[in-house]
Amino acid sequence: MPELAAPPDPRHSRSSEFWSGVLDTLPMMLGAAPFGLIFGTLAAPSGLSNGGTLAMSLIVFAGSSQFIALSLLAGKASLLVIVLTTFIVNLRHALYSASLLPFVADLSQGWRALLAFWLTDETFAVVQLRYGADDTSPNKHWFQLGSSLAMYTNWFAWTLMGMLLGRTMPQLQHLGLEFAMAATFTGIVVPLLRSRPMVAAALVAAGVALLCRDLPYKLGLMLAACAGVGAGMALEGRPGPKEAP
Amino acid sequence: MNTRELLVILGMTAVTFGVRYSFFVLGDRVAFPDWMRRALHYVPVAVLTAIVAPMVLLPDGTHWQLNWRNAWLAGALTSGLMAWRRLHLLAAIGGGMAIYFVWRVLAT
Repeated sequence: MPELAAPPDPRHSRSSEFWSGVLDTLPMMLGAAPFGLIFGTLAAPSGLSNGGTLAMSLIVFAGSSQFIALSLLAGKASLLVIVLTTFIVNLRHALYSASLLPFVADLSQGWRALLAFWLTDETFAVVQLRYGADDTSPNKHWFQLGSSLAMYTNWFAWTLMGMLLGRTMPQLQHLGLEFAMAATFTGIVVPLLRSRPMVAAALVAAGVALLCRDLPYKLGLMLAACAGVGAGMALEGRPGPKEAP
Repeated sequence: MNTRELLVILGMTAVTFGVRYSFFVLGDRVAFPDWMRRALHYVPVAVLTAIVAPMVLLPDGTHWQLNWRNAWLAGALTSGLMAWRRLHLLAAIGGGMAIYFVWRVLAT
C-alpha cells in the first residue's frame, strides 16, 4: 500500500503528541523543582520584591540566569552588568535554537516565537530526541509545546511555593540560605573541571574576579568571565583535536 | 516592584528571548561560527567561578578569610568534593549546606 494512503497514526495526533511531551518531561520537572523552590526562597533576602520574583519566573524563565541575577542584585550590580551576564549565560540557547531550526522551519512565526520563549535546557534535551525519532509525525511541535508548558508551569509553581515559604518563615533568611547559591554553583562547576582548558578557565576567572572585585557595578564579573573563556580557548590550542570534555 | 527591578527583568527578558529566538527567526541566513561554539563551552565554568570565588573567600565582601574558620569555604569545599566524586548535584548542595551550618555554629 502506498504511504500516502496510510491513515494518520493516532499516536501522532496533536493531543497525544502534547501529552507525551508532558510525560517525557516529568523527570526534568522533578529535577528543576528544588531549584525553583530555592530561587523563590532566596529572592527576598536578595532584595527582590514578590512581584519581581514571580515576574522573573514568568517572563524571563531561565533558571541559571535567574540565580545569577539574584546574587548580582544582592551585590548591587548595575543594570547593564546583570543584563550582559544574562546574555552571556544564555548564549548557549542560540545553539539549541540553531539545532532545532530544521524542525520548526515550516511553522508560523507565532509558533516559533512561542517555542523559542519556552526553550530551556531541559525541553531542548527532551524534544531533540523526539524530533530526531524517525517516524513522520506531522505534529512533533505539539510534543515540544507539551514539554514547554510542563516546564513553565512547574518552574512557576515551585517559585511561588519557595516565595511563600520564605515569606511565611522569615527566620529562614537569617539561616544563611544565601550559601545555597554558592553550593549550587560550586556543584555545577567542579564536575566540569576535567580538562586542562576548563581548569584554566576556572582559575583565571576566579583570579580576575578576586583582583577586580572592587570595580563598580560588578564589572569585574564581566572581565573575569571573558578572561576565563579566553584562557580556556588559548589552552585548547588551535582548532583540531580537542581534549575530552 | 521598583523601576530598577522592572528594568532588570525586562532587560533579562529581552536578551533571553532574543537569544532563544535568534536562529528561529533568522533561519539559515546565519551560521554559528566555530570559535563561538568553542567559547560557549567555557562560559558556565568562567561565569560561575567568577561569582563563587569572591563569595567564598571574602564572605563579608571586604576581608579575606583564608582560614579554617570560614564556613563558606568549608561548605563550598564539601560541595566541590562531593560533586567531584560524581555525586548528584542536589546531594552536593545538601552536603555543603550541612557543613556550612555546622561550621557556623562551631567555628564562629
